[in-house]
Amino acid sequence: MVNYIFVFLISIGIFYGFITGNTIAINNEILNVGEYSLNIILKLFPIMCLWLGLMNIASQSGLLDIIAKKFSKILKYIFKEIPENHEVMGLISLNIVMNMVGLGNAATPIGLKAIKSLNELNKNKDTPSKSMQTFLILNTTGLTIVPTSILALRMSSGSTNPSIILPACIITTILSTVTGLIINYLFNKKRGNL
Amino acid sequence: MNIASIFLPTIVLIIIIYALYKKVDILKAFIKGAKEGYQTALSLFPTILIMMLAVNIFTKSNILTDLFNNIKTIFNISKFPIEVMPLAFLKPISGSTSLVLLNDILNTYHPDSYIGILSSIIAGSTDTTIYIIATYYGSIGIKKTSSSLKVGLLTDLFTVIIALIITYLLFQ
Repeated sequence: MVNYIFVFLISIGIFYGFITGNTIAINNEILNVGEYSLNIILKLFPIMCLWLGLMNIASQSGLLDIIAKKFSKILKYIFKEIPENHEVMGLISLNIVMNMVGLGNAATPIGLKAIKSLNELNKNKDTPSKSMQTFLILNTTGLTIVPTSILALRMSSGSTNPSIILPACIITTILSTVTGLIINYLFNKKRGNL
Repeated sequence: MNIASIFLPTIVLIIIIYALYKKVDILKAFIKGAKEGYQTALSLFPTILIMMLAVNIFTKSNILTDLFNNIKTIFNISKFPIEVMPLAFLKPISGSTSLVLLNDILNTYHPDSYIGILSSIIAGSTDTTIYIIATYYGSIGIKKTSSSLKVGLLTDLFTVIIALIITYLLFQ
């Protein structure tokens, strides 16, 4: 389905560009996209190494297991497939906590490591397991208590009270995550996957 | 000193001190983990390349902003804040583009205006669904992504509705 979205975005964009005569911008975009993407990877590269390095220390010292045990009590209700106190619970909880406090940069490498571990537990390597889907929904709904980049933008554009949005943001993000988990549950149930 | 700046150093400190206490070879463990990091980063490049191509062509064609500008003239009479709709549509597709768009909105209508607050809340309470699904599944070669995508995008739709209601209740 991601395929269709890519085809849709590219063809609509190019057709609309032809109609409106906006071809130069799109032409430049095709020429420069390699560089943009490489910049993203270059930014991601050191952060990935740093956090996966630190996570490996935490894994070998058993710290991840301790975190996993603490959070398993809550997370086991939404991740029923994962064996109790499995190390991946530690990664999942760290990813959630990092996202919550607005450290998306550090959350991504840990999340990627977590999905890799979840895939090792996955029986059918082509299809995501239930816990992988649940984990992704937790990430796409973006459970964030402190949306740092938004607060920075509000401050720079002259807000007298940048953090006035925080209570509403927290309510919305919690409701959104709960909605996501419910929709995810219903989808799995419909597919007879439960 | 704010809370966010205490959090990160504390985590690093806890990881290092605990490893020292457990007599882990910290340097060796770090290097082994970090090597895994660049394999993952490299393997993500093709996914990010095609995604950036699609997203950038789409956003640079200006179709979304043109579309909503036209709709705005039709719905001008209603009180519905149509100005935030391009942001609501772009947020699941591209994080960087939606930040640019949010910046435009905040500078056009003051950040403390109703529209400024509403768009901040929409941008702050969801994440870039398509990017996350493509990179996370792409990094491990999962191909059947459609159910996660449906659930993710449907949730994003609900989130916008929730944000509209919450903002209306708290700020109207």
